[in-house]
Amino acid sequence: MKILVPVKRVIDYNVKVRVKPDNSGVDLANVKMALNPFCEIAVEEAVRLKEAGVATEVVVVTIGNKAAQEQLRTALALGADRALQLETELNLDSLQVAKLLAKVVAEEQPQLVIMGKQAIDSDNNQTAQMLAALTGMGQGTFASKVVVADGKVQVTREIDGGLQTVALTLPAVVSTDLRLNEPRYASLPNIMKAKKKPLDVKAADSLGVALESKVNTLKVTTPPSRQAGVKVESVAELVAKLKDEAKVI
Amino acid sequence: MSILVIAEHNNSALKADTFKTVQAASQLGGEIHVLVAGQACQAAAAEAASIAGVSKVLLADAAPYAHQLAENVAALVAELGAVYSHILAAATTGGKNMLPRVAALLDVAQISDIIAIESADTFVRPIYAGNAIATVQSADAIKVLTVRSAAFAAAATGNNAPIEAVSVVKDLGVSSFVAEELTKSERPELTAARVIISGGRGMQNGENFALLNGIADKLNAAIGASRAAVDAGFVPNDMQVGQTGKIVAPDLYIAVGISGAIQHLAGMKDSKVIVAINKDPEAPIFQVADYGLVGDLFTVLPELEAAL
Repeated sequence: MKILVPVKRVIDYNVKVRVKPDNSGVDLANVKMALNPFCEIAVEEAVRLKEAGVATEVVVVTIGNKAAQEQLRTALALGADRALQLETELNLDSLQVAKLLAKVVAEEQPQLVIMGKQAIDSDNNQTAQMLAALTGMGQGTFASKVVVADGKVQVTREIDGGLQTVALTLPAVVSTDLRLNEPRYASLPNIMKAKKKPLDVKAADSLGVALESKVNTLKVTTPPSRQAGVKVESVAELVAKLKDEAKVI
Repeated sequence: MSILVIAEHNNSALKADTFKTVQAASQLGGEIHVLVAGQACQAAAAEAASIAGVSKVLLADAAPYAHQLAENVAALVAELGAVYSHILAAATTGGKNMLPRVAALLDVAQISDIIAIESADTFVRPIYAGNAIATVQSADAIKVLTVRSAAFAAAATGNNAPIEAVSVVKDLGVSSFVAEELTKSERPELTAARVIISGGRGMQNGENFALLNGIADKLNAAIGASRAAVDAGFVPNDMQVGQTGKIVAPDLYIAVGISGAIQHLAGMKDSKVIVAINKDPEAPIFQVADYGLVGDLFTVLPELEAAL
């Protein structure tokens, strides 16, 4: 069974995000970039399925400029077998990404697509669902457990109020939540080996997908900051303030 | 212009999020229809018909919609939705699961997690875990939006809109429901509670969360937790408040033993009044708290319970 893992290069989650002074977006110049944490979990899950003998090949794909090859190498160091970059300088929306991935799915014919539930930059949480829709596949989103057996994948999903388990016929799309697994660290020998693994590059605009978006970002601003209030000395003072001043109890 | 709101429900009752999504829809201007898709969900449809501002409820009552599997419901919504200018669902795990599928089927973008509506085509949404706020304009013929419940008030009730049965039955046959394990609680849900008391790593273990119970009982509060407390295994994941958990905006939020990591603040900073109880006077939570009490939670909590 082949598993396809789409991944994204994003700002490192430890970096403090700064909005550009002209409000055109977030300043990405000279900031540390990394593999999106949810994507890392997706790579780990795919690699574990391969190690368990369920999968035979793990293919990672990303859409982005040349710098994104760094994240493909990271995924290869974590255990993916080969990588594909759809090269573009454009910052694509989820729908365009899903359409490009649908083309990759048609070409690669994976039995399972595992991807992060959202990227921590745009926070859209859409691409897996859109890819599933475009390919007619079932979707197991926000997965905290994935079991492949008898031509199906059983996915336990984190939903409001608890957990839901669904069974999907293969091929299917799974999107990962935080608790699915704890990704390994790439060892130095594996990082060296990753440099020799195959990495193909195709132009994103060569796949016959219209890449322009109908959604235009007008401005990006810093959220209003909350002012620190007062320190109270005692529980009695706190309760009095909540009753008389804030009037919330 | 006409707007389709997808109801979130458990077949017998609507979730509070739906009332808030309708409130958001009413800011767009235009006729509002609410789709209730489920099985034996007449009661939920009747509740939807009572929401002020709703002009019609569409009731799709069929076995393939019983557990609101995204594959089947999205196919239904995409078919019904083509005639609307806007399709809205709450940005709950239900809405987030299903609505992007609808957008892709209709070949339009989805705008996720909107927190404000500037006009019928311009919306405001948080990005980068709430560290930046984007204003976006959509030129798509159909605007597909998920709505962050915490940012909108609940629509009033007292309406009696007509309920129209929808006969479209979609069953893609690629997914099936296996099981559901819902946390049982007598307390209000986190996203609907007027008061929330949350514990963090400072609670030290799961048993100590019982210290919050008495206070929660007295205030009719929901109990939440920080990601640190969830990751440490003190409490289950569905109690998590924060960027990757529940986004809440109650009238009163009491943070106990929570340092105030960015990811937690992203989930609760829109609360009306924030109280922080922490023994570390330098904890970042105090920078967003209206009232801070520096002290050991193991002495403060019993005192607070007694004082209420």
